[in-house]
Amino acid sequence: MTLSPANEALAAEIISWFPRPRSALIPLLHLAQEQDGYLTDEAMRRVGELVGATPAEVKGTAGFYEMFRFEPVGTYMINVCTNISCLLWGGEELLHHAAESLGVEVGGTTDDGKFTVEEAECIAACTEAPCLQVNYRYRGRITPDDFDRLVEDLRADRLDIPRHGALSRVRQSIPAERLAGVVPPEQAREAPVWLARNNVEVAG
Amino acid sequence: MTATEPETTVEITVDGVAVEARPGEMLIAACERSGTYIPRFCYHPRMSPVGMCRMCLVEVDTGRGFALQPSCMVPVSEGMKVSTESEVTKKAQDGVLEFLLINHPLDCPVCDKGGECPLQDQTMAYGPGETRFVEEKRHFAKPIAISETVYLDRERCILCDRCTRFADEVAGDALIHFMGRGNHTEVNTFPDEPFASYFSGNTVQICPVGALTAAPYRFKARPWDLTETLSTAWVDSVGARVAVQASRNRVLRVLGADADAVNWGWLTDKERFAFEALNSAERLSAPMLRDASGGGVSEWREAGWGEALDRIAGAVGAVPPERVAVLGGARLNNEAQYMWAKLAKGVIGTDNVDAQLGDGLDPAVVLGLPRATIDDACRPGGTVVLIGPDPKEELGTLYLRLRHGIVNDGVKLVEVTPGATGLSHLAQHSLHPRPGTTAALVNALVAAAAGDGFETGSTGVDRSELEAAAQCLSDADDGVTVVLGRASLAEGAEVVEAAAMELSALPSARFLPALRRGNVIGALQAGLAPELLPGRVGLDGIDGEGPLAGAWPRLPAAAGLDAAGVLRAAARGDIDVLVLVGADPLNDFIDRDLAYRGLRGASLVVAVDLFMNDSSSLAADIVLPAAGPTECDGTFTNLEGRVSPMSRKVTPPGTSRPDWMIAADLAERLEPGSAEGLDSPESIREELARVSEVHASLTEEALNQNPVEGVLLAHPGATGEAGGWRRSGRPTMGRSPVGRTEPATGPAGREDLPEAPPEGAFLLVATRTMYDDGTMLRHCPSSHGLAPAASACINPADLDSSGLDEGAAVRIVSDFGHIEATLTADAGVPSGSLKVHWLAPGSPANALIAAGTDITVVEVEAR
Repeated sequence: MTLSPANEALAAEIISWFPRPRSALIPLLHLAQEQDGYLTDEAMRRVGELVGATPAEVKGTAGFYEMFRFEPVGTYMINVCTNISCLLWGGEELLHHAAESLGVEVGGTTDDGKFTVEEAECIAACTEAPCLQVNYRYRGRITPDDFDRLVEDLRADRLDIPRHGALSRVRQSIPAERLAGVVPPEQAREAPVWLARNNVEVAG
Repeated sequence: MTATEPETTVEITVDGVAVEARPGEMLIAACERSGTYIPRFCYHPRMSPVGMCRMCLVEVDTGRGFALQPSCMVPVSEGMKVSTESEVTKKAQDGVLEFLLINHPLDCPVCDKGGECPLQDQTMAYGPGETRFVEEKRHFAKPIAISETVYLDRERCILCDRCTRFADEVAGDALIHFMGRGNHTEVNTFPDEPFASYFSGNTVQICPVGALTAAPYRFKARPWDLTETLSTAWVDSVGARVAVQASRNRVLRVLGADADAVNWGWLTDKERFAFEALNSAERLSAPMLRDASGGGVSEWREAGWGEALDRIAGAVGAVPPERVAVLGGARLNNEAQYMWAKLAKGVIGTDNVDAQLGDGLDPAVVLGLPRATIDDACRPGGTVVLIGPDPKEELGTLYLRLRHGIVNDGVKLVEVTPGATGLSHLAQHSLHPRPGTTAALVNALVAAAAGDGFETGSTGVDRSELEAAAQCLSDADDGVTVVLGRASLAEGAEVVEAAAMELSALPSARFLPALRRGNVIGALQAGLAPELLPGRVGLDGIDGEGPLAGAWPRLPAAAGLDAAGVLRAAARGDIDVLVLVGADPLNDFIDRDLAYRGLRGASLVVAVDLFMNDSSSLAADIVLPAAGPTECDGTFTNLEGRVSPMSRKVTPPGTSRPDWMIAADLAERLEPGSAEGLDSPESIREELARVSEVHASLTEEALNQNPVEGVLLAHPGATGEAGGWRRSGRPTMGRSPVGRTEPATGPAGREDLPEAPPEGAFLLVATRTMYDDGTMLRHCPSSHGLAPAASACINPADLDSSGLDEGAAVRIVSDFGHIEATLTADAGVPSGSLKVHWLAPGSPANALIAAGTDITVVEVEAR
């Protein structure tokens, strides 16, 4: 699916934040993934049109990032860590339990499209091993029983976790009167605030 | 480029030897120039360095001790010490190769690259003898077609970024890209979006492994079975240098050769794969005759050369010279062109000779205006005015050079074209005048650049846009380069010529002719145009004394006709013998109806060609098979006037003969002794250099000294002096080669133009495309299906008001004929214009056009 009219408007605003349209590529891909849960070919084509990149460049760039998906995934993406700390605390067993209890292969999606189970490399929560993420939200010290309860809660919509692809539920927007305007770096006359603080001057 | 740089050098030490390097040069290049080869995969001198492969790691000391650095990413600096043979360097190279080979399949015995593979060669020279890798290598589906002609075997790929960099940086078609990450990285296209670039074949040539292969060469030969010769591409007038490779008397591959002044090693796919047509079984291999019998014609029969030539000589000898005409000749090499010019003008005595088929420009304009080279056009910071065809479609390698200049060297482009081109998105200013008003617009542009008052009149161009473009021209303090040609074949040549004259008023404007036909500049310089003799000499410039007088038995008694004039005369019955030398007027001449009547009206039509074409099938009585560009020796003159060798690599099929030999045989039959001593390309070149001042510098010595770059012939403008060709009854050259002392085509001179096309009608724009339904490409398997289907492209706004739907089958009707096409919305076409592709399959645009008209009004009907 290509971008919805609402997202088209949002895309136009996002592009306006950057000196060059191409800089908006990644934010627009997030927008597209938020819309469909994964990156559809049509959405990538449209994003390419918007930022002036070929579809191959869009997909090539997106492909570098693990969090962009090119195939449909479940509403809830569950990433189970099996790196060293989690492994020692039963991460491997947790992964197998997750796959078995949901009836999928690791990497697969349940028939109802609710869950995708994946094996993750270290997600930097070793103190909470074994840990997992549901749509990149952390859950630590999970036993197989905890996992079953988690799935039950998710099925019953008892947890406040947005569906896969949604990164933030707070939309930021800069009011028009406070918009400083976008200046390409080579035309900048004043150093940005963070540079000015360190007394760095802009050449030219 | 180098002229403006200070003449300083940087001294570095390579393996203990002091070496002078150029400031800013990369270490790998400085070492190579001084004779030290550093192994590499990703580095390519014509593309920006990326440091992907790490093969060029060497120990570099810039004062802090030796450390490994990639020499393709390190610019030279004073006092730099380099060690390319130290133990550390060797170990690094060995290690890099071991890593590269981890996932590389050892399928060298079945790989096309085997034998010429940098990975294979450098592994032998620098790599480990044995592998320590026992695990499973990664696997991909073996080759996938990423375009019609290019196959990708991802297992072999070492991710050097050469092909993807080429597609993005050089061609501007970033349709292949790295996909995935880390161990899963692969080169690929977007799904359903093939690598459909006109330049895709270059990626095959620069791939350092066998990952990219081209369909025409896959499994055809082993590199060690090939022999090669340096030659020149023949499909367009850029004259890209190529290496023609053959095995067992068959051309199997053409590679780009790096001529710094011309193509930088790049080729279009057409230049690269056009050789396939020469190998076609459809090639003519023996002279063919057919006789008129009882109202119809007999079947074709093969004949001997003697019989065929006797018949032609008999027919020519029996009629007055002005009843003989020769059309075509741009396909020929310089030597054959000179022989045909001598045969027609010096032996037969007819001036009815034209190498252009109404699709070119007045030779006075092409030869008379100050000439620019490709390097002039692409000089950093220069300004280029494009009044001509879309270089991407017609002159692909010139497009690559111009694109590089614009993207990397600050070249400013001002387009004056009837619609968007492949360079529009890079152009500083794009002006799209209404067809027929190009000269009026240029008049206004030049006036505005000079600070004078101007009117945009009926050109349809916005005043402020024009002022901005004019500012760009007046800011060009070292003069502008005009790329001059026919953007639309539906706009009269006179309009473009008048525009060129207007532009010649700009200070130090120089012109690069962008005529597509292969060796068309060579043809004009050899005298294959009416009123023209070899060496840019007009018919009236000869007083019976000059060098021609000794070499040619006679000269034409009177000025002759151009292609349109010849066809008109033939249609009236005033031409008895019409010779087509590599010409197909039905498809190539701008007026199909006139071509048809002309071909039918001539009593004897002789075709000298590689293939039967539509014209010879229709009207020829005698067909002579000619040798192709890889089958005879000679030289080629490109659009700059640069002469480079075209070399014989294989023998022609059957009894086909080189074109010069056919002309020489006919000359001997008509005037014994006239071709005496002219028994080889060298001897003809020697006579050409003797009779033509322009070709005087074209000696064997000069050609041998510059085997790659070729010999740039002297031309007015190069020396700052104007003047080249004197023409009867007209002012001598100076600033007005077309004979107008005053520009006659200001807006005032064009009041007869409609302000806008009548309600519901369009002005026709006919542009060529890279691939079309021409005879050569029809016989070239790798370009099958690449010619765009016939479409009628109009502005989306016009589409809305037309009441027709996009994709509708329509008939395009002019006063002179109609063709069928599919209606297409194209924002690059200005409102009020309708663009068609020249020679689209089954839809000949020249059916709509009448010779001699400046504009063509068409209407669109649903069918």
